[in-house]
Amino acid sequence: MTSIPRQSDTPDARIPSGPLASKWSRHKMDSRLINPANRRRYHVIVVGSGLAGAAAAASLSEQGYKVSCFCYQDSPRRAHSIAAQGGINAAKNYQNDGDSVHRLFYDTIKGGDFRAREANVYRLAEVSANIIDQCVAQGVPFAREYGGLLANRSFGGAQVSRTFYAAGQTGQQLLLGAYQALEKEIAAGGVKMFPRTEMLDLVVVDGHAKGIITRNMVTGELAAHAGDAVLLATGGYGNVFFLSTNAMGCNVTATWRAHKRGALFANPCYTQIHPTCIPVAGSYQSKLTLMSESLRNDGRVWVPKRKEDCGKPASEIPEEDRDYYLERKYPSFGNLAPRDISSRAAKEVCDEGRGVGPGGLGVYLDFADAIKRLGEPAIRERYGNLFQIYHEITGEDAYRQPMRIFPAVHYTMGGLWVDYNLMSNVPGLHVLGEANFSDHGANRLGASALMQGLADGYFVVPATLPNYLATQKPGAVTTGHAAFADVLREVDDRVSRLLAVNGKRTVTSFHRELGLLMWDRCGMARSREGLQDAIAKIRALRDEFWRDVKVPGTGAEFNQQLEMAGRVADFLEFGELMCLDALEREESCGGHFRVEHQTGEGEALRHDDDYSYVAAWEFTGDVTRPRLCKEWLAYEEVHFATRSYK
Amino acid sequence: MNLTLKVWRQKNRNAPGHLAEYEARDIPVDASFLEMLDIVNERLIEKGEDPIAFDHDCREGICGMCSLTINGKPHGGKGGVTSCQLHMREFEDGQTIVIEPFRARAFPVAKDLAVDRSAFDRIIQGGGYISVRTGSAPEANAAPIAKDVADRAFAAAACIGCGACVAACKNASAMLFVAAKVTHLNSVPQGRPERDRRALGMVRAMDEAGFGNCTNQYECVAACPKQIPAEAIARLNRDFARASLKETLAG
Repeated sequence: MTSIPRQSDTPDARIPSGPLASKWSRHKMDSRLINPANRRRYHVIVVGSGLAGAAAAASLSEQGYKVSCFCYQDSPRRAHSIAAQGGINAAKNYQNDGDSVHRLFYDTIKGGDFRAREANVYRLAEVSANIIDQCVAQGVPFAREYGGLLANRSFGGAQVSRTFYAAGQTGQQLLLGAYQALEKEIAAGGVKMFPRTEMLDLVVVDGHAKGIITRNMVTGELAAHAGDAVLLATGGYGNVFFLSTNAMGCNVTATWRAHKRGALFANPCYTQIHPTCIPVAGSYQSKLTLMSESLRNDGRVWVPKRKEDCGKPASEIPEEDRDYYLERKYPSFGNLAPRDISSRAAKEVCDEGRGVGPGGLGVYLDFADAIKRLGEPAIRERYGNLFQIYHEITGEDAYRQPMRIFPAVHYTMGGLWVDYNLMSNVPGLHVLGEANFSDHGANRLGASALMQGLADGYFVVPATLPNYLATQKPGAVTTGHAAFADVLREVDDRVSRLLAVNGKRTVTSFHRELGLLMWDRCGMARSREGLQDAIAKIRALRDEFWRDVKVPGTGAEFNQQLEMAGRVADFLEFGELMCLDALEREESCGGHFRVEHQTGEGEALRHDDDYSYVAAWEFTGDVTRPRLCKEWLAYEEVHFATRSYK
Repeated sequence: MNLTLKVWRQKNRNAPGHLAEYEARDIPVDASFLEMLDIVNERLIEKGEDPIAFDHDCREGICGMCSLTINGKPHGGKGGVTSCQLHMREFEDGQTIVIEPFRARAFPVAKDLAVDRSAFDRIIQGGGYISVRTGSAPEANAAPIAKDVADRAFAAAACIGCGACVAACKNASAMLFVAAKVTHLNSVPQGRPERDRRALGMVRAMDEAGFGNCTNQYECVAACPKQIPAEAIARLNRDFARASLKETLAG
């Protein structure tokens, strides 16, 4: 049965007409340009200095625009893109193994469980090859073969080798490339950098994004900045779960503040839970550490068959009493089943009481067979650094006993809604990288986050931003406009209110409680009752926060608790929207698994006829009553298919 | 475990600082060093006291934000790890631990244990980049790089810019930081055209930022969490000498 095309009620996504493969070229041809001599009259505000932000700031400055770039860290080089380990995909087909732009496009759409926009994903695949050229020219030290040419590996279950990498530090090397380009432009005077500066609100003038309000995190000074356009490249919201693989400072504040000023928030319930992280060890824990997925190439995942055996050391559990559940359930993919499926399977066995380690929240990843087969030196050569990290954190030797792993929140596919130009529904406000919703659908493939951040920053926004700028008179709005004074006052009031509560509970205690609730009710498996209950509890927790939080110190100083308080206050609002989005989406797809929607064998069940849309939420003035807008996804090239890994 | 902490407290850049003593009781041995500080801070807040400010972000040893001098050693002196990767099982019950910021004239204290390392960004602005405009890059495989050269560049590029090298040096020299970037970029063919300019520009920016001179004692190498080799400093010296000579001869 073919589904009836339905009417979207989101703003026009401005997807160019014509065949998929020529949309981007055509769009660039149809796009407006700014005369080189006029570019310096335009001021562009870039918030965030990760791959997307640093790449955009540097590239726009090179074109001649005046750029201001903001980051909360003490240097733009520390943005969280730096922590990405695995690699970056690109359709270079250097391995002659059948890769192409079209294949990378198709894999990304399918991996996203058919919930991403075709035109955006195709463009991503199209510019991927330019990214590698750009990075190599910057001196990024990718892995090479003896012939001196670039090496590739296969990653995340892909059937072609299209992943470029720099040992386990690909994110670091790519970010340093972008950071160096940014510093080059700072030295040339094109970019003014504001480190240790946090964006606390967006200023909208006559419906257009024209500036931001920031707080200097050293002096506490609030300041207004006016620009002709605002670019948010502020990353994802994984820290709503408190524990995640994100850096401690990652937050939703910039995008959430923009949402409350009118920007639609799309698909907030799509979160990626990575199956191979080091489990939680105790209530003091502050973050989770990822262990590269590559470990699953040689490790076998198991738990005891019987609950009673869970307390015993692994060595005392004989082979016949072990349940290698991934091999049992997914014989063809086994231990290499995709991220969402492996994560959920681990949760199921732990829910059955068969988990291992503290709190029963862990499964074994056992290398004994691989060591027997290949010898310890081979395993040491492949994974030595990972075994070392594991040893530092847990004190355990994974050569002698199995590793314990457990899934952890890793990436968020949802974000602010953007059109093909990466502009939100608020004119002038553009959103890049993990902060937007656009390319990964309901699940992101390994090695695609770095690709998207750099595509948006180096190639997409520099080509699409002039479409907006050309409609604007440069410098028409200054901080002298009344809207700046109004928003500045609101931000100041909010800071004062946080400090004035002077209650008994620490900010972290609220954050931890929210995180546990989200993990439990809006994590790997979600149910109607659980989500409804979570919404009620989040509201109560939010009330309690504003009644009983204790933020020491003043606003006019270096105050890390105050910074955290502002972020947690926003997570306490955002968490509700996430649960509502998960509640509304009555299907299972990608990172979103609703227990009511599964096959008899416990696999995810999509409902394409009713839910093949982007859920874009509008702020109505009341955080408990957002309005849902739907962008129906029209697929011209691909056909819906069910992912199967049996 | 129970510990006594002596922690550097300093309200802001201009205020005088001092070591304050705290008892850290019932710290789980599996906690990380920064989680131990989190626990101490939660208790300080509950008691109505000002928590200890310290820089941290990724907590997995790659962002370079954490910057503690622990018992006189940057990142605790374990070698090969950052402050955030230290765990309490490395310490003994009842031990006294002195925690100070990374100290250097070029790294003024922002508050307590957090310092301002923007001088490192200014050094990069002096030439720690390759001048390539977005869009003007040639095909990536057009310039093969011998694997040993690529590996050398990669080993130097591993620097996370934390500043432990500066904090470990009695002269607070930034030589290892500069050497790492010069070695990385001057080794690869893409970086060759700006080789001289880079060495001169970065060394001059380092001097202007107020870092001290290198006397080749390699305390920096011992403190480096990413184990940047001392050989990088020799390369920087060579490149700088070569560039200076050319500059002099060019008059």
